[in-house]
Amino acid sequence: MRNITKTFGTIVANDDVSLDIYKGEILSLLGENGSGKTTLMNMLSGIYYPDAGQILINGQPVTISSPREAFEYGIGMIHQHFKLVDVFSAAENIVLGLEEEGRLDLVRAGERIRKICDTYGFDVDPTQKIYNMSVSQKQTVEIVKVLYRGADILILDEPTAVLTPQETERLFAVLRNMKKDGKTVVIITHKLHEVEEISDRVAVLRKGKYIGDMITSQTNAQEMTNMMVGREVSLNIERPEPVNPRPRIRVDGLTVRSADNVLKLDDVTFTVNSGEILGIAGISGCGQKELLESIAGLQKVESGTISFVNNDGSEESLIGKDPLQIAEMGVSLSFVPEDRLGMGLVGSMDLTDNMMLRSFRRGRSVFTDRKTPKKLAEKVVDELEVNTPGVSTPVRRLSGGNVQKVLVGREIASSPTVLLSAYAVRGLDINSSYTIYDLLNQQKKDGVAVVYVGEDLDVLLELCDRILVLCSGRVSGIVPGKEADKNKVGLMMTRLGGGDSDE
Amino acid sequence: MSKANREPLIHITKRKEMDWKQAWIIRVISIVCALIVCALVTMVMTGQDPLSIFGAILEGAFGTERKLWILGKETAVLLCVSVAMAPAFRMKFWNLGGEGQMLIGAWLTAACMIYLGGKVPSVVIILISLIGAIAIGAVWAGIPAFFKAKWNTNEVLFTLMMNYVAIQLVAYYIIIWENPKGSFNVGIINQSTRDGWLPYIGSFQYLLNILVVAAVTVLMYVYLQYSKHGYEIAVVGESQSTARYVGIKVDRVIIRTLLVSGGICGLCGFLMVAGTDHTITTTLAGGRGFLGILVAWLAQFNSLAMVLVSLLLCVMSRGAGEISTDYGLNQSFGDILTGIILFFIIGSEFFINYRINVRGSDKVIKEAKSAGPEGGLH
Repeated sequence: MRNITKTFGTIVANDDVSLDIYKGEILSLLGENGSGKTTLMNMLSGIYYPDAGQILINGQPVTISSPREAFEYGIGMIHQHFKLVDVFSAAENIVLGLEEEGRLDLVRAGERIRKICDTYGFDVDPTQKIYNMSVSQKQTVEIVKVLYRGADILILDEPTAVLTPQETERLFAVLRNMKKDGKTVVIITHKLHEVEEISDRVAVLRKGKYIGDMITSQTNAQEMTNMMVGREVSLNIERPEPVNPRPRIRVDGLTVRSADNVLKLDDVTFTVNSGEILGIAGISGCGQKELLESIAGLQKVESGTISFVNNDGSEESLIGKDPLQIAEMGVSLSFVPEDRLGMGLVGSMDLTDNMMLRSFRRGRSVFTDRKTPKKLAEKVVDELEVNTPGVSTPVRRLSGGNVQKVLVGREIASSPTVLLSAYAVRGLDINSSYTIYDLLNQQKKDGVAVVYVGEDLDVLLELCDRILVLCSGRVSGIVPGKEADKNKVGLMMTRLGGGDSDE
Repeated sequence: MSKANREPLIHITKRKEMDWKQAWIIRVISIVCALIVCALVTMVMTGQDPLSIFGAILEGAFGTERKLWILGKETAVLLCVSVAMAPAFRMKFWNLGGEGQMLIGAWLTAACMIYLGGKVPSVVIILISLIGAIAIGAVWAGIPAFFKAKWNTNEVLFTLMMNYVAIQLVAYYIIIWENPKGSFNVGIINQSTRDGWLPYIGSFQYLLNILVVAAVTVLMYVYLQYSKHGYEIAVVGESQSTARYVGIKVDRVIIRTLLVSGGICGLCGFLMVAGTDHTITTTLAGGRGFLGILVAWLAQFNSLAMVLVSLLLCVMSRGAGEISTDYGLNQSFGDILTGIILFFIIGSEFFINYRINVRGSDKVIKEAKSAGPEGGLH
């Protein structure tokens, strides 16, 4: 790829990027969020068309203006969000959109799929329906789909984000097999240990610009981070000792069903203490969302109790109360939800109006007071170093990290006693992530009971005092953060209590 | 350049935020373009001189004092409905029931005038029909809102169906009230006594209506822009889960907002019957329940901007009437011209939001780069 530039509105996603990809290698494309990794690869796979620059394959200049044309050049991309038809079988999904000679022959397609699977060590049943599959199986179908179309260059966009450590291992084994077969693999990621584990070479992008590439074996995590961020960063998360922890929220036998009657939480019991960070680990969709929303008063609870424990030890039930009633009880409960722009903030409103969400009811006047929230917005921008043209910019126009700072800033501003956070650093770059960890630690030091739902096990193990592991809506175990072992937690995520180790 | 690396002829990219000055220049250009196309269409279809047709349109709208008053009256009605639609649409509740809500308010006003006429003082009739019309309009919108809030029924179908209920109800009563018998026409109600008629201000029949609508417009602007209710409406419209998350009672806001929306439609019906028409027909609303939606959208729910939009539409429709008599042109010709103008106005929004890149131009990159550090937001 030569001198590629792509812009969206005023945002320059890729600025004069030149990148070489060699045959038969595994290349990691590393960069913070918003550094243009996905955009660059989307141009290679025909989703976007570059504003300037030229793509060359085997030295020949080519034009790739659709995914179909990309396939003609042997380029296939596996996106972060799977593009599969739920009610179709694996084989049906794989042949979907192919215009082959003759009539649709699923049996023959199935045979070809099995052959591909045998070559690379996949485990796919061509007749299984997608809706019966786990996330990692769906991902496998996506990969086979690309191989079925004869791709020689595979691009994987953050493939491990949705996988457990064990599943990641299996994926990496497959990728190595592909490399042996002469295929080229590009893997987009921001997890450094994965770069070190799988790739031969690593290319770094920062703010849309190409920074450089290195042979993986000749570099280390610190060097890669510095290239990615552009300056020295410390990679340690501090974990101060909890001071005087006492029970704050007691959850007992909590059972929740979703609207379509699926059991989401099953007999969940635990306690959140003040002055500590309780981590919640689990494969995504294992009831984390329902758990937090139950505490925040946003979820209908089937059975069980949730109570708030006052300093004097008396308990008040939070069940059946909506967020307003909880606030009226005098419980200052802050919640940083997973879906920032869909739930925590209003994307089209500016910073000031978003600050108002929590406080606009204050006072008797029928009119809203915009002065106080404006001051708060300015304070948050100032203290958390939010990168925004001003407080009257719609939050939708900010980048993910800045959106999150606005949300966390507002939630902390009400000096909460309980702070719930779901995937607080999802989609955030390293810098912003560390800012968020610091903020959470600060809250912890102030005696706040912090609940941190996370997906990166390494971070959970470093940040949290205790980790509650969820497995399909049930408590698989609670382990102390200091002594927890990553593999053990990984196993607990997939099997209740961790089961027998199969290694 | 080899065939293989050919850039697509045009591709469309999103523009950076445009400042309002530039946006208005584009809007003005689009109106000028619209007028040019209108002129061409006029020449081709009718062979008339387009300038004289435009002249006739303006003549029809502003020509005499009486025409001016009629224009004001018509604009007031359209503006009133548009203002009524604003809170509902701001909340993304697609209230297509403006016709019915207006009509049912008008029906109640007519009923009060007919049944109370001569029995109680005129001012009492006015008060009762005013309150009644607002209340019944609110109920007419409140029923679908209640079902939406409680059971998430589809408000588009529900409000639309309520229109037909209102029309049939009015049709039924027109036969009861018809005067003279057999005419299928209610005629002017209380023509001699003027019971329940809104008073003239000085000698101006329509002034009161215009003033009431102006007041409602300003109030709605303040309500949506500065009140806590207005803020709640905006939050619910953008994201119901955010609203729930901060403890806004979404179902209550939906119902409350639709009561306001329907109430203003009811008020509009009252103004038309008690203030200007003094009679009732099934076509009293005349599509303005729907036209109001268009006005509200074009004005982007800013009730002050609605004044301009509804004025423009009324000028065009009054002008269309004029050219149809002056030139013996079909009345529909005016509608064609209105259509062309609306097409250009709506189309201009596309150019405000997007840029079209023609092959070989590198403007996009320059624009983005010059916006650089401030626009990057990373």
